[in-house]
Amino acid sequence: MMTLFILFWPLVIALVIFILRPANAKKIAFVASVLEFLIALLIVVQFDKSGSNSLAFNIPWIPSLGISFSIAIDGISLLLVLLTTGLVPFIILSSFESPAPKPANYYALIMVMQMALVGVFTALDGFLFYIFWEMALIPIYFICLIWGGENRAFITLKFFIYTLAGSLFMLVALLYLYYQTPGSHSFQIDAIYAAGRGLSAAHQGILYWGLFLAFAIKMPVFPFHTWQPDTYTVAPVEGTMLLSGIMLKMGFYGVIRWLLPVVPVGASSWAMTAIILSVIGIIYASVIAINQKDFKRLIAYASIAHVGLISAGLLTMTRIGYQGALIQMISHGILAFALFYICEIIFQRTNSRTIASLGGLRNNAPILTTVFMIVILGTIALPFTSGFVGEFLLLNSLFSYNIFLGVAGGTTIIFGAVYMLYAFQYMMLGKSSPQSSTIADLTSHEKMVLYPIVILIFVIGIHPDPLLQISEAAVSDILKVFSTQSANLK
Amino acid sequence: MVELEVLVSLIPVLPLAGFLIIALNVHTLSHKVSSFIACGTILISFVLSLVTFSHLVGLSPIDRSITVSIISWINTASFSAEIAFLVDPLSSLMLLIITGVGFLIHVYSIGYMHDDSGYNRFFSYMNLFVFFMLLLVMASNYLLMFVGWEGVGLCSYLLIGFWFKNHEYNKAANKAFIMNRIGDLGLLLGVILIFINFNSIEYKTVFENASAKDITTLTWITVLLFIGAMGKSAQIPLYTWLPDAMAGPTPVSALIHAATMVTAGVYMVARNNVLYSLSPIALQLVLVIGVSTALLAATIALFQNDIKKILAYSTVSQLGLMFVALGLGAYTAGVFHMATHAFFKALLFLSAGSVIHALQGEQDIRRMGGLKKYLPVTYLTFFVAVLAISGIPPFAGFFSKDEILARAFGHDPAVWVLALLASLLTVFYMFRLFYLTFWGTERAEGGVKQHIHESPRSMAIPLSILAFLSFVGGFMNVPEALAGTSWLTGYLSPVFEPAKNNGLVHQLSHTTEYILMATVLTLTVIIIAIAYNRFIKKGSVPAGEGQLKGLGQIIYHKYYVDEIYDLLFVRALERLARIVETVIEAMAIDRLVNLAGQFITASSHVLRRVQSGSIGFYIFVMIIGIIVLLTLTTVTAEI
Repeated sequence: MMTLFILFWPLVIALVIFILRPANAKKIAFVASVLEFLIALLIVVQFDKSGSNSLAFNIPWIPSLGISFSIAIDGISLLLVLLTTGLVPFIILSSFESPAPKPANYYALIMVMQMALVGVFTALDGFLFYIFWEMALIPIYFICLIWGGENRAFITLKFFIYTLAGSLFMLVALLYLYYQTPGSHSFQIDAIYAAGRGLSAAHQGILYWGLFLAFAIKMPVFPFHTWQPDTYTVAPVEGTMLLSGIMLKMGFYGVIRWLLPVVPVGASSWAMTAIILSVIGIIYASVIAINQKDFKRLIAYASIAHVGLISAGLLTMTRIGYQGALIQMISHGILAFALFYICEIIFQRTNSRTIASLGGLRNNAPILTTVFMIVILGTIALPFTSGFVGEFLLLNSLFSYNIFLGVAGGTTIIFGAVYMLYAFQYMMLGKSSPQSSTIADLTSHEKMVLYPIVILIFVIGIHPDPLLQISEAAVSDILKVFSTQSANLK
Repeated sequence: MVELEVLVSLIPVLPLAGFLIIALNVHTLSHKVSSFIACGTILISFVLSLVTFSHLVGLSPIDRSITVSIISWINTASFSAEIAFLVDPLSSLMLLIITGVGFLIHVYSIGYMHDDSGYNRFFSYMNLFVFFMLLLVMASNYLLMFVGWEGVGLCSYLLIGFWFKNHEYNKAANKAFIMNRIGDLGLLLGVILIFINFNSIEYKTVFENASAKDITTLTWITVLLFIGAMGKSAQIPLYTWLPDAMAGPTPVSALIHAATMVTAGVYMVARNNVLYSLSPIALQLVLVIGVSTALLAATIALFQNDIKKILAYSTVSQLGLMFVALGLGAYTAGVFHMATHAFFKALLFLSAGSVIHALQGEQDIRRMGGLKKYLPVTYLTFFVAVLAISGIPPFAGFFSKDEILARAFGHDPAVWVLALLASLLTVFYMFRLFYLTFWGTERAEGGVKQHIHESPRSMAIPLSILAFLSFVGGFMNVPEALAGTSWLTGYLSPVFEPAKNNGLVHQLSHTTEYILMATVLTLTVIIIAIAYNRFIKKGSVPAGEGQLKGLGQIIYHKYYVDEIYDLLFVRALERLARIVETVIEAMAIDRLVNLAGQFITASSHVLRRVQSGSIGFYIFVMIIGIIVLLTLTTVTAEI
């Protein structure tokens, strides 16, 4: 029942806000999202780390088509549900001081978005997964279109069509798999798994690219990324937070649950190609990030670089890569949220995101500067911050997969320092520019949002075990599939 | 009696606590309280280090190792690392240097920084640095060492850019961090390679199983680790950050960029002596890099006029000499020189700081001269340090340098000649610096000259203690040839014993050693005489940039290495970034995407007559999908 609650509660709230249009929509949304998070925490507390696929809810939905309403939370889902439900209250809270026009619509859409995200992370039926997957696109599209910045119509349309095109390939692949299931066909994940694994290596390869394309666009992996910097930059900050903090993890989740276990043979034969793309993305996006004048755009490219490493590690199909990817997804969500929030705070005060026009912010805003520094340290994966654990495990998996790719991917720790410290220097240090001479330090409200983030950065960095252990059993299950598959091939 | 394990774990915890207390109350604590906390925590750590040390000395050699597990850090089925400390002779020696010299420099900073508005911030960073440095040397596994390794890099970054309003300083800080990160990537990959091959990152497990691994793997591992050392210990080609790092306050230069952090590479290679001794190629690399760096940096120091820059290049050169020792497999000699260097180089920097303090920020030795009259204490301590670094017996540097030279001769006389050349250059530029600063004509500008004053006691006392250590420090390892007992060699033997079995030891006869010493000393005296003749008798003052010609001009500009790096890496990267963004990103990839998009939009034009907008298009697609699904179901059902 908790699974059902956690899925539908945001939708209920969204409807309430949308229909009743209360004046304090943001407060209702906030309280509701906190409640949702508390339930997620309750699930964590009661979670049985040794088993997987607990908290399942499964009823037939369209029996004639073999579609069922099947959701469950295993360790992998739980981590992503935790990330989603944990980040949404922060996103809502961060918006309190700069309210969007038409707040009822705005917060209702955010809550719908949350519902769709939780749905993606818990669905165990291919059709249901697809429904949630597409459903997540609608609210974020409107959020960007209605509340976005300059040139939003073109950019959001491009984003929309791009991701939609990817999803179509996924739909076709899922339908193909559906018709491979025995009897009267089924979208149940086990049936899909069996169908996919029963295919020849060549067919698996074709399906692999159909599914991977959808996920790769979402993350995004090079060269399917060009919608991302524009969309991140033009979206209102809450939209950017949703996109980078949570929504891109849909892509990774897809790879973990709906790609690698479905066509393991196809995945391992195409792994090198996909990993090379990911690693190219790391270097490519890092290099472009160095050249960015707008800090928000810089974070967007940095995100592509970090995403590339997660994707590369995941695609090695090793335990260490899986665990690294999972913990890095959580860390990336937290850090991306904080970076975009800090960018927004500076923008609100100076009306500028141009790195060169700022400078000397530290003189008047030492607390903001310190928090910013800590978030940067997490982003560039300094040990004992949340960013390091995942990056180390991921590099480990990549390096053992291929030494050269490991070295190439490893350059992210150098590039990250280059573009982040450069931006930090010219925004925060030096003498105050006219635009930054009167900036105020963090308000108590902003501290309320950022201090917990800072604490999380260190807690996850120093004691990541609780998070790592949640997914251990579920990861083992998937790895068993890989080993039996490769054994069968021999 | 408290258990030793608790005391050991308190050694790094106390500076961390000091950092947290000061950092969280940085705006409210008074200067007195924060410096009391900062110095007090380091002092207690020093006392605890002494207790630990005396405990280890009392044990038989094979028992001289204490492991303390604190908590598990990363613990998964695929990888595990714990936070655990290892105190053995090597790390206990490092503990004494870090906390001892660290404490003296903290006390010195009370006087040096007293006017600075960032006083509390300064002490919080310094304490954080000591914490990470202790973590680096106390870690019992590679990953925890890496934490300390990156942590000290962070503190170095924060302290180089301490005066953050000056963008030149900020650039120096960035340069230091980024260059170190290049090395850190090597180190990190080395650690990963160790994990892949040994399935463990514990020193103990790795060292015990090292001899069973093939040499190629070990060479890869040791070379990757050494890349880390090149960054942290400023060796060719990653040395150019260290001279720029002098932008930080002088106590920082003394503690981080002379006595402790930059020796981390030496510590790390010495710690991995088992692995290095198994890989002749890696040792050869260490030797070649060490010799080249020692010589290159020493020649650059000859032509510099900034007192701190001279000392910085001297540090690079001396570090090179330590790597020469390590490359020869003479691990004790390397560590020994690291210890004595910590004393006399910290002393040089702090004395230089005292000069700079007295001259209100002046760092150019062409505008100094004749200062011995005004700064008697500083003059004396600086002189002791100069004697020590020049290797005049019985000062500390004599014994440690002599040991390296002797081992170099035993290995290959050519190495001996090169190492000797580097140390003779050292003698020259140190006496050049000494004469130009304290002797000869008074060249300080009028306004500055009136205010010259000797430093306060909080600065003078640490100077005196370091001078004492620079005087006696060498006695910890007096060779048998000079009727000594080689105490340090014996104390460290449990750490370096395993590596000894690889036939790298060359024993010289006492006669040979005496001849070598006499040669070195004679040459040293001649060099001092030359320097005296030039800078005192002839009263020559270094020329400015314009007057130098040929090689002098090139060396004055540090062989233009900074300019070359700037062109090859910094600007090239910026240009690459622009090209990638404007050409590949905008003109190729994104254009293709937009073309594809336009194609879709064009084809949906037809559909738009039925549908009202893009969302309609979306719903349309969904419906199509469902229709396809339904049709296919019916079709297949009929089949």
